[in-house]
Amino acid sequence: MPHLLEIRDLHKSFGQTEVLKGVDCAMEQGDVVCVIGSSGSGKTTMLRCINMLEDFEGGTIAIDGQQIGYETQRSQRKRRREREIARQRALTGMVFQQFNLFPHMTALANITLGLIKVKKMRREEANATAERWLDRVGLLERKGRFPGQLSGGQQQRVAIARAIAMNPKLMLFDEVTSALDPELVNEVLQVIKDLARDGMTMLLVTHEMRFAYEVSKRVIFMNEGRIGEEGDPKQMFLKPKTERLAEFLKSSSFH
Amino acid sequence: MGYTLNFAAVWRDIDLLFMGLGLSLVLAAASIAIGCLIGLATAFVLISKQRAGRSLAAGYVTAIRNTPILVLILFTYFALPQLGLRLGKIESFVFTLSIYAGAYLAEVFRGALLSVPKGLREAGLAIGLSEWQIKSSIIIPVMLRNVLPSLSSTFISLFKDTSLAAAIAVPELTFYARKINNESFRVIETWLIASLFYVVTCTILAMLLRVVEKRMAIPR
Ligand SMILES: Nc1ncnc2c1ncn2[C@@H]1O[C@H](COP(=O)(O)OP(=O)(O)OP(=O)(O)O)[C@@H](O)[C@H]1O
Ligand SMILES: [Mg+2]
Repeated sequence: MPHLLEIRDLHKSFGQTEVLKGVDCAMEQGDVVCVIGSSGSGKTTMLRCINMLEDFEGGTIAIDGQQIGYETQRSQRKRRREREIARQRALTGMVFQQFNLFPHMTALANITLGLIKVKKMRREEANATAERWLDRVGLLERKGRFPGQLSGGQQQRVAIARAIAMNPKLMLFDEVTSALDPELVNEVLQVIKDLARDGMTMLLVTHEMRFAYEVSKRVIFMNEGRIGEEGDPKQMFLKPKTERLAEFLKSSSFH
Repeated sequence: MGYTLNFAAVWRDIDLLFMGLGLSLVLAAASIAIGCLIGLATAFVLISKQRAGRSLAAGYVTAIRNTPILVLILFTYFALPQLGLRLGKIESFVFTLSIYAGAYLAEVFRGALLSVPKGLREAGLAIGLSEWQIKSSIIIPVMLRNVLPSLSSTFISLFKDTSLAAAIAVPELTFYARKINNESFRVIETWLIASLFYVVTCTILAMLLRVVEKRMAIPR
């Protein structure tokens, strides 16, 4: 059985700067993995490579054994065609720090757009699916609201519903509470915890150490483009092995 | 010495003015519609990575914006047939006004496209949409809603510019006003009424468009 996600020796540069310097990582179905690390260590970049929002020059990423973004033909590495990449992107759902809801569409339409255009659902079926997920994130009665008429926390919950309604194999979260007022953070974290309990496979970049500690099965500490340390949260947070992680934890808000 | 205003002659032919007004509105509507398509296509070329295309598009915008519109109208109507492209008066005028509107709107759209947050495209990509689906369902609708006020004022300008079609005898409002003037010699009355037609129409248009803008604006 292939891993649900397998990253091997991932390398990524922006111009001359190498940002990912050989990342290896595997996840199984139902895993909840949190990625922590200081600013600029490459957490966002790694997530963006997984759904090809960034191209990468070295290494492979596979989901369910399917190589993402590139194929190897006669030992030549070739970027896949856009259509193929678009199809592969639907294997993952991504939630962004800035929500990125479509501002001209209602909460419901934000969710049905992909269901109709990508999943080719009929409108009634798409509406029913979208309503089910809006209900799950506690926003069914707000389905007709536009993003500008929702609070940050509500917008982020809609964005989560939008991503997960596509039925992805893996959900990617990039600091989804960082742009929120402190009093709105918990409603979003609660939604994610519920998803974790339901067995959703999730890879989360977060600065919420308490949350990472509580929700994750495994924690990855990114350090200067590499995985600096990785393990179960208890061991990581309470008995860090490396100096760098100990330092990082000291400077972050985990107590 | 006194000039006594006498509107009888203008009144008699007021239906001509209304006919002319109708055509003026049609000309403006057709031109903004086609102009939007030209402007959109040009704007996408302007922000694309293709150098040659970009220079071509920029050349078009510069050329049109620096030529008086009357010259463009006369050029299309009189010079193009010499080059083998024969168009009717109305088609020729709509063609010119569309090209003209396209050049102005290209600039407006270019700026507006650049100010659509790039996160929206990424969110679209992340759910598996194609670049084309992202443009048609997200980028263009958001951009158009943001430029509605500019579109409204462009439409009103174009409506006023339709009076230039009289130069090639397109039977629009100014054309009929001149006809009435020539036949009745009621100079002041004719042009007073014609001006009134323009003022009232523009005012009503502005009001209607403001309602449309409110309706279509992205709710916040
Ligand atoms: N589009 C880009 N062009 C050039 N450099 C980039 C780009 N995106 C990221 N970088 C650089 O890559 C490095 C890693 O960035 P990344 O966003 O992955 O870090 P991060 O771990 O997510 O940090 P943060 O916690 O601040 O979000 C940084 O040095 C950043 O400046
Ligand atoms: Mg980041």
